Amino acid sequence: MKVAFLGATRGMGRSLSRLMAARGDELFLLGREPAGLERSARDLEARAGRGSVGVAVCDLEQPAGFAAALDAAEAGLGGLDAVVVTAGVFATQDVLEQDPERARRILEVDFTDTVTFCEHARRRLLARGGGTLVVFSSVAGERARKPVVLYGAAKAGLTRYLEGLDHRFHAQGLRTVCVKPGFVKTSMTDGLPAPPFAGELDEVARVVLRAIDRGQPVVYAPPIWRWVMLVVRALPRSIMRRAGF
Amino acid sequence: MLCGWGRVPVAGREVRSEDLEELTRRAVLCRGLGRSYGDSSLPPPSHPVVAATPLADRILSFDGATGRLRAEAGLSLRALNRTFLPRGFYAPVTPGTQLITLGGMVAADVHGKNHHRDGCFGAHVTRLRMRVADGRILECSPEEETELFRATVGGMGLTGHILEVECRLARVPSTWIVAESERIHDVDRFIDGLKEAGVRWPYTMGWIDCLSRGSLLGRGILMKGRWAEPDEAPPGLPRPRRRPSVPLVLPGWVINRWTVRAFNAAFFRCHLPRVRRRLVDPESFFYPLDAIGHWNRMYGPRGFTQYQCVLPESAGRGAARRFLELLTRRGGASMLCVIKDCGAEGIGLLSFPKPGISIALDIPIRDDTQDLVDALNELVVTERGRIYLAKDQFTRPAHFRAMEPRLEEWTCIRRKWDPEGRLRSAQSVRLLADRP
Repeated sequence: MKVAFLGATRGMGRSLSRLMAARGDELFLLGREPAGLERSARDLEARAGRGSVGVAVCDLEQPAGFAAALDAAEAGLGGLDAVVVTAGVFATQDVLEQDPERARRILEVDFTDTVTFCEHARRRLLARGGGTLVVFSSVAGERARKPVVLYGAAKAGLTRYLEGLDHRFHAQGLRTVCVKPGFVKTSMTDGLPAPPFAGELDEVARVVLRAIDRGQPVVYAPPIWRWVMLVVRALPRSIMRRAGF
Repeated sequence: MLCGWGRVPVAGREVRSEDLEELTRRAVLCRGLGRSYGDSSLPPPSHPVVAATPLADRILSFDGATGRLRAEAGLSLRALNRTFLPRGFYAPVTPGTQLITLGGMVAADVHGKNHHRDGCFGAHVTRLRMRVADGRILECSPEEETELFRATVGGMGLTGHILEVECRLARVPSTWIVAESERIHDVDRFIDGLKEAGVRWPYTMGWIDCLSRGSLLGRGILMKGRWAEPDEAPPGLPRPRRRPSVPLVLPGWVINRWTVRAFNAAFFRCHLPRVRRRLVDPESFFYPLDAIGHWNRMYGPRGFTQYQCVLPESAGRGAARRFLELLTRRGGASMLCVIKDCGAEGIGLLSFPKPGISIALDIPIRDDTQDLVDALNELVVTERGRIYLAKDQFTRPAHFRAMEPRLEEWTCIRRKWDPEGRLRSAQSVRLLADRP
């Protein structure tokens, strides 16, 4: 599989890209800082023990650069079968309420910019007769919760957008995989108290890769979060108003 | 709260990041996967934050012709082994767990079953990239900034933060191990057996029953191993096994004199009297305890300490017998007692091994643990041996000074690089009189 990957330098993207490289997928990395991209590319090459991994700068906050970055990826790979987006930003509600500029930025990056990037990606995949678009949303978009009101709203929007893509373009060969990670121990969640069922990076990556291979439209990772969210979605408003999570 | 593998907690927390350079800017201590038993990876009381390295785990380069690897310090030994074994390379030196990081392997200058032949891990390290106490980032090696390099290998992370490690991996002929084991009936024969086996076998170690007394004192199982040659090994790679796990902290009474006695006797008797030879996968050979997740929970809510010392050759082989006699007299009931012969001292100024016999035991923490460790330490001082800092939680500063004639030189170098004593750990506060 020829994969363009936005966000492979860190966290869940790093783990997933390693699994893909190890089984022989060809990767092209997109990301913000050139030095970090180069290091991650060398890491993937060393772990796979074959092939070379190309890189191009692509900042999720600079939509003007999306087309050029995806051009570079398509050219470098000599084709394109899948696009993976794990990049995103996170902050808790408490932090965002103190910092309106950061709140605006989160909404923009996690929703508008990500959707814009996906639009570029899906047009290219469709032009090639189809392909897989994998995007990391969040369980935070499933039910509004006090600690993640703004982040959750952006992710809720993203989840709906991906659902819409699936409805509209499935027949034309576009496979959309909306990944909904629960709490995963990454640098993004560093400093937050880990809830029950907190996931490990490698486990999440394995679950997501299986979903990609099956073309599953929605995947919870770790899988237990499907049932956790089933319960959380069913809680009445009176409880959500009182609950601290 | 934060604790070492022995599960004795102190106040503290980890900060995680993929970016080790950024993370170490203000840090006083780095921590890898937290497998050191005592307080080596725990923060000093006045700065209860450690920089957690495991997310900084990128491989930066690997040369398949020479086996030279360069990686960020948080790379785990398990990832290293699993990545490179299929290509015919393995860690040149490995301790009894692979759930550790490269940085931790350098900081503790770990040794393994092949110490008598290949020395410590530090002997295979060719270069380190470090952030030193004044904030600078620099490289050191056996040729460049030699003093800093020698003080850092085995220096418990107290001379600077290790950012990247370059080392040589060992080329192996297959992906399997030929293992042999046999029963040995007392400690003297055990030591002879280890020395003899060490001539022909690269990997040797033994398990002894430290509750048996008299003529059976130090009976146990001697284990030897080597990499299988291609024509002896089955084709293909060993499959990683699923790990069962100790699901919760067991009550403190589970590990007691009688259960330990029964366990030790069963372990000895389950091995048939004849030499047993088999082909095993490297993970079961090198890391039998990694097969049980959270095995440290077995020792109950108060946790445990591992005591490991080396008794030098100069003390004669009676030293091991005297050590075990003292242990059985004091009633130290250890489920695991591992014995190993050590080869020459390495380049690390504070590294643990020296020629002689190393003995390691797990001691569940009780009210009298401090007294027991004190008594064992007195004997080790008398025999001119020393203890292993990566295991230690109870040694007193005076005992450590008496065991470590190299401490002064190491301290001088450390002070040169960190005059204000900024980098420190709970262990260095306890043992080296660092400011809290």
